[in-house]
Amino acid sequence: MFDIIKNTKLWFMISAALILLGIFALSFNSFVRGNPMNFGIDFTGGTLLNLRFEKPVSIAAVRSVLDKYKLGESVIQKSGDRDLLIRAVPIEGEKRADLMKDLNEKVGASEILEADVIGPTIGKELAAQTIWALIIASIGIIIYVSFRFEFKYAVAALLALYHDAIITTGIIALLWRSVNVTFVAAILTIMGYSINDTIIIFDRIRENLKKPNLAKKKLGEVINISIQETLARSINTVLTVIIMVLCLLFFGGETLRDFALVLLIGFAIGTYSSIFIASPILVIWHNWESKR
Amino acid sequence: MQKNINQLRLLIIIGIIAASVYILMQLPLTLGLDLQGGTRLVLEGKETEKVKVSEDAMAGVVAVIRNRIDALGVTEPTIQRKGKDQVIVELPGIKDPERAIKIIGDTALLEFVEAEWSPGDARTISAEKLKEFYGSDARIDYVKEVRGGRVESERPIILKKAVLTGAELKGAWPGLDQYGNPVVDIEFNSEGARIFSEITGRSVGKPIAILLDNKIISAPNVREPIPSGKAQISGNFSAEEVQDLVVKLKAGALPIPVKLLETRIVGPSLGKDSIDRSAVAGMVGFAIIIAFMILYYRLPGFLADIALAIYVPLTLAGLSLIHATLTLPGIAGFLLSIGMAVDANIIIFERLKEELRLGKTIKMSFDAAFQRAFAAILDSNITTVIAAATLFFVGTGTIRGFAVTLIVGIAASMFTALTLTRMMMNMLVDGKIVTRPDSKLLYK
Repeated sequence: MFDIIKNTKLWFMISAALILLGIFALSFNSFVRGNPMNFGIDFTGGTLLNLRFEKPVSIAAVRSVLDKYKLGESVIQKSGDRDLLIRAVPIEGEKRADLMKDLNEKVGASEILEADVIGPTIGKELAAQTIWALIIASIGIIIYVSFRFEFKYAVAALLALYHDAIITTGIIALLWRSVNVTFVAAILTIMGYSINDTIIIFDRIRENLKKPNLAKKKLGEVINISIQETLARSINTVLTVIIMVLCLLFFGGETLRDFALVLLIGFAIGTYSSIFIASPILVIWHNWESKR
Repeated sequence: MQKNINQLRLLIIIGIIAASVYILMQLPLTLGLDLQGGTRLVLEGKETEKVKVSEDAMAGVVAVIRNRIDALGVTEPTIQRKGKDQVIVELPGIKDPERAIKIIGDTALLEFVEAEWSPGDARTISAEKLKEFYGSDARIDYVKEVRGGRVESERPIILKKAVLTGAELKGAWPGLDQYGNPVVDIEFNSEGARIFSEITGRSVGKPIAILLDNKIISAPNVREPIPSGKAQISGNFSAEEVQDLVVKLKAGALPIPVKLLETRIVGPSLGKDSIDRSAVAGMVGFAIIIAFMILYYRLPGFLADIALAIYVPLTLAGLSLIHATLTLPGIAGFLLSIGMAVDANIIIFERLKEELRLGKTIKMSFDAAFQRAFAAILDSNITTVIAAATLFFVGTGTIRGFAVTLIVGIAASMFTALTLTRMMMNMLVDGKIVTRPDSKLLYK
């Protein structure tokens, strides 16, 4: 039987390494790229034009029109022959309408797939919302798990969730993927879903501790047994969800791809932490309590 | 007797499917702006020297915007207050977003200002002199003659005092002047007509400037007093501009000016594209999950698949019953919830395996598996709901759609995975399909 609790140090070192990698990525980005993460216009404010032209267009032609509006610095990306993505600073209402008219006249007729202009203040609101969401969700989870289990189970579960959120954020920073409002939703979904596996293990620990033949054993041993017993369901439950996430990643549209990637990383880390982080924290807490 | 129970169970299951499909046919799901195309605006009220941002002012802004949108004829717009000073406007499927944005965002403050043509060069007159001669509100502006987008000439004018505003209007209509150019015909209410007659009476030979949002549209000279309260606004308008101005004048001016914080325009093809791609992703994922469940859990897995097949219309029906709007993140949430819906089944089947290994009978094992798995399933689902509910209350727009689908999905999956699967598994026992714990049909 594989002893998970005995190797606690190893798991913590792996996690610490992953967290450090994330911190490195965040600080590297801050110093070299100017921002810890690749914040999209939801956070920074700005303009995003996604246009589908009737005929193939050249980036140079588009840039020359943008130059006229002092937007020469904008990022212009082509996807396929006719689809064009322009990212720029926020463009005020009428100026944007003029720009679109100009593009249609000088570059070629196009259809708006998407046109977003987001003021800089919205991003601050979103950041505040994100922090509030994290605080409120944490309090809710602490209260519920304390009520159904014990306070230390709640803290262990929550620490594992923060672990998932931090590592996922670090990896996304490392990959320099664009971060928008869907990222926030993905992180909260990861927290909401990853706790399921932890709860399933905790539920088994709770049940096993009541069994007369196990009650005499050390908590670490009971936890080891509980993890082994629930391992198949820990993996299979996540597997079915990851099947869907992979399908979204490969077949879903462009918009959902970033979302799916965050979920994929988060769910994988979440399963790992349910088994290798949350339960060892319980043992550490328990040992510390009994020593006191 | 037992045969009757199974028939009843079958009837219940068919009833649930039929009800879900019926609801979906009667009450199709509303698609969000990101799927059907449309425009979403976030506007922020800006206080002026005269008017502060207040509850009344913002309520006024919402009312005026609603009137303007109604005049545009958009189907099912939503106009919501957000926070102290913001208004969110959603216009599904509109064809000309630029025009709508202009109509909604302009303050449309119409003013009639007593004026005088400036004697000589206006720039030489000091502000003090101006106030001394023409009253404390006096200022200099220029009437621009525009032809073909170019300013042909500028004539300085001294604006004295605003005497009438759009608030005194009884009505506004599109019309044509004597040369056939588009103009706006207006009529003042009785109070406005009285003032207008008085002003025109003392302004014969002088101009009256007509300002829209502090810009001079025209400054016609008064030839004779006008007692009728009727007037014409001309100013190089196109027919469409006249239409839009009429809409704005009828709806009234915004009590305070607004600034656009956020504009999101989604064209119709992007949404269609998203739906098509998500459908492919969903179907592939669904097929793989179905196959996985049968291969791994055998007959019970197959029953879970039937429950999952019921879960799909049931969840969609639930969403349409609470009038949820389906957004792209919502679709993602729904697809994820398909993967999560079988979680409860997996927990039960793993438990069943353990119970069977303890040497219990089929019936006892089934009952014990469902009973013992319940606590774990409930606890894990509630924690997910806590996170989803937080997203709903804190988040906005499309993210709320995601949270709603996730919550409804979890509720529906509790029902299909626990109640429906259990019913079907009892059918196996009562129908004597599975009788022995070592049956090949079960997973151990």
